[in-house]
Amino acid sequence: MATEKYYVPESSPWPLAASVGLFMTAVGGAHFIQQSTAPDKFEGSWGMPLFFFGLATLWLVIAIWWRDTIKESVGGLHSKQLGISYRQGMLWFIFSEVMFFGAFFGALFYTRWLIVPWLGGAGSNAMTHELLWPNFQAMWPLIKTPDGTTTQAMGAWGLPAINTAILLTSSVTLTIAHHALLEGKRGRLIGFQAATVLLGAIFLGLQAWEYHHAYVEMGLTLHAGIYGSLFFLLTGFHGAHVTIGTIFLFVTLLRVIKGHFDAENNFAWEAGAWYWHFVDVVWLFLFVVVYWL
Amino acid sequence: MSTAAAAHDDHHHHAPTGLKRWLFSTNHKDIGTLYLWFSFIMFLVGGLLAMVIRTELLEPGMQFVDPEFFNQMTTVHGLAMVFGAVMPGFVGFANWMIPLMIGAPDMALPRMNNWSFWILPFAFLILLSSVFMSAFGAGHPSAPNFGWTFYAPLSTEYGPASTDLFILSVHMMGISSIMGAINVIVTVFNLRAPGMTLMKMPLFVWTWLITAFLLIAVMPVLAGAVTMMLTDRHFGTSFFSAAGGGDPVLFQHVFWFFGHPEVYIMILPAFGIVSSIIPTFARKQLFGYASMVYATASIALLSFVVWAHHMFTVGMPLAGTLFFMYMTMLISVPTGVKVFNWVATMWRGSMTFELPMKWAIAFVILFTCGGLSGLMLAITPVDFQYHDTYFVVAHFHYVLVTGAVFSMFAAAYYWLPKWSGVMPNKLLGELHFWSSLLSVNLLFFPMHFVGLAGMPRRYADYALQFADYNFWISIGGFWFGLSQLFFLAVCLLCAMKKGEKAAARPWDGAEGLEWEVPSPAPFHTFETPPVVK
Repeated sequence: MATEKYYVPESSPWPLAASVGLFMTAVGGAHFIQQSTAPDKFEGSWGMPLFFFGLATLWLVIAIWWRDTIKESVGGLHSKQLGISYRQGMLWFIFSEVMFFGAFFGALFYTRWLIVPWLGGAGSNAMTHELLWPNFQAMWPLIKTPDGTTTQAMGAWGLPAINTAILLTSSVTLTIAHHALLEGKRGRLIGFQAATVLLGAIFLGLQAWEYHHAYVEMGLTLHAGIYGSLFFLLTGFHGAHVTIGTIFLFVTLLRVIKGHFDAENNFAWEAGAWYWHFVDVVWLFLFVVVYWL
Repeated sequence: MSTAAAAHDDHHHHAPTGLKRWLFSTNHKDIGTLYLWFSFIMFLVGGLLAMVIRTELLEPGMQFVDPEFFNQMTTVHGLAMVFGAVMPGFVGFANWMIPLMIGAPDMALPRMNNWSFWILPFAFLILLSSVFMSAFGAGHPSAPNFGWTFYAPLSTEYGPASTDLFILSVHMMGISSIMGAINVIVTVFNLRAPGMTLMKMPLFVWTWLITAFLLIAVMPVLAGAVTMMLTDRHFGTSFFSAAGGGDPVLFQHVFWFFGHPEVYIMILPAFGIVSSIIPTFARKQLFGYASMVYATASIALLSFVVWAHHMFTVGMPLAGTLFFMYMTMLISVPTGVKVFNWVATMWRGSMTFELPMKWAIAFVILFTCGGLSGLMLAITPVDFQYHDTYFVVAHFHYVLVTGAVFSMFAAAYYWLPKWSGVMPNKLLGELHFWSSLLSVNLLFFPMHFVGLAGMPRRYADYALQFADYNFWISIGGFWFGLSQLFFLAVCLLCAMKKGEKAAARPWDGAEGLEWEVPSPAPFHTFETPPVVK
């Protein structure tokens, strides 16, 4: 490696184009949200088309960008060192994702251990309780908020437990696929990776069903106070990550079928696998602290 | 892209030209230059907003702007300076210097590097457009007006419509910072020249490595905070609303969990810069290299457990308050190690006082002032008195302006010869330094006094007894602002290559790989790695 010439990629229009896409997504997104949640205050409906146009641009540009990168990789241009850079970059990206979830888990613990007891008069907050909401009772899950909104708690041992089993199984199938990749057994690789993608899709379907159940039958919504807020943002962002992970694994599956990747050259494949395991671990935490305890 | 075909020949030997060179760049030097110009422009924009603030505060009473607009000025001034001037400025230095210092051909992921940069102008276009629309009465009636810390419920229930644009622009800045930080870490871990062991790296590289770690750790938390804001504003969640079982103070916790590491993100690279410059002009090795590395790492780790010292007055339990107070005071130990090491480096050195050294010494003295006022603020009962007064404003401007910004001036004068191939104009540089040094103290030092006397921050008006000090503070402000035009002239002259030609090693005590390459540094450097003994 010491004497190997470094690989520096050619200049490329895609970073700038992706920035323009992101810009349109952001401006459109802000107005889309405003115009759809408060149509009386925000006139017009141009936010939505701009948002989706921006998003489509962003994804298209990224797809082309990565197609270029894949071509360079398959063309043998990438040095071993670049592969290491990619791997390290992916690990740090996953670390940033961990911290993103950390913000919401932190909010959950702070709410559960401090805010709710304090609102109920714990510690030195007897007067807060007495003066603000004397009828409020501290509990978790918070099924009755200080202003009297009621909801129901999502139990752990129905759908969520099944979903836990599904995600754990998907991690196993993915690991079998990984071994198959390293041993060059294509048939087994394709089979088990397809199974993983399928399990991911089933998980998402069940999650959607659970949301429907929560909204329609349980009165558990984003408006249902802090329990609903935390429940939906934590599980929702997790679900969004499962979606991305499923797409990621689906794309690498297509690439496997095209004949990309081998035991040595498999960064994108492993990055997808790492991402999947990360999403899996987040779910285990979610299952324990959001659903179960 | 015909990359696959083109890249097999001896590519990269011709530098791209014209607009494409800048828009499509994968070159760390060009991207560094873009970052630095962007940062300087944002520094001037943020400075103009500060001029509006100081104009209104020149005299007691309301003269020029209405209070609502004043609030927008304080808010966007802070945001532009923190996210637009200081952070991208340091990323610019990182881009230019880290590959040169560790003998790498470029950043590890050059296209992502360009993406990190190009997100920024768009993010600030979103943020600043709301200011222009507000100023000229079009579209949104108000730019963000809740202070740069955007506390809930000011930013949730009471935030203007432009808050949503602000939220999305913060998301974009976060994406940019995270990608930039990943690039720095991977470059440092993976692209060091053979023989460049971790403990041989220049301190600027070390401090940036640790800064990048902080960025990756806390920018996502900021993203979480603004996401909760967005859902509270539009989707009915109750994160920051006690009626639904949430708490506005939760916002402050999440924000400052990001915010405190953030202030070290803005100062650690400054430590690295000063640690490079002082040994050069004292003509001595840096005193206590290893202790500098450990001190930087300690500061970074401690920064995760001190956040609530920004919120002593919200009514935390006593145990929490004490914990955060002691942890905060603990930070003065590694910071003290650094200051003493800089002083010890200068002790009995063959000192000369070229421009970078002047700025670096000013940094050491004035940053220490800011650090000491920080220590005062760390003492909880005393903070009850100082909280949200001009004393706090004085404190963080000493660490950020005479700290972070002065270090960037030092770095610019130090490395401009390497970047441009010409020496920065000495006369203009001296004028810039002395004029800035005097004015900055006239600007910020009296803020300590009015703060201690109880003048609250972020108000468009003040009680009559503060009038004299505020007059001089404003004069200092205009003077400091105008002084930066000298620097603009210095930069433009260098960009136009007007000036005395610079040698490869223009400072005779300078050590490090960046001085082994010619000045100006060629478009590509270290395409095959140098060997470090």
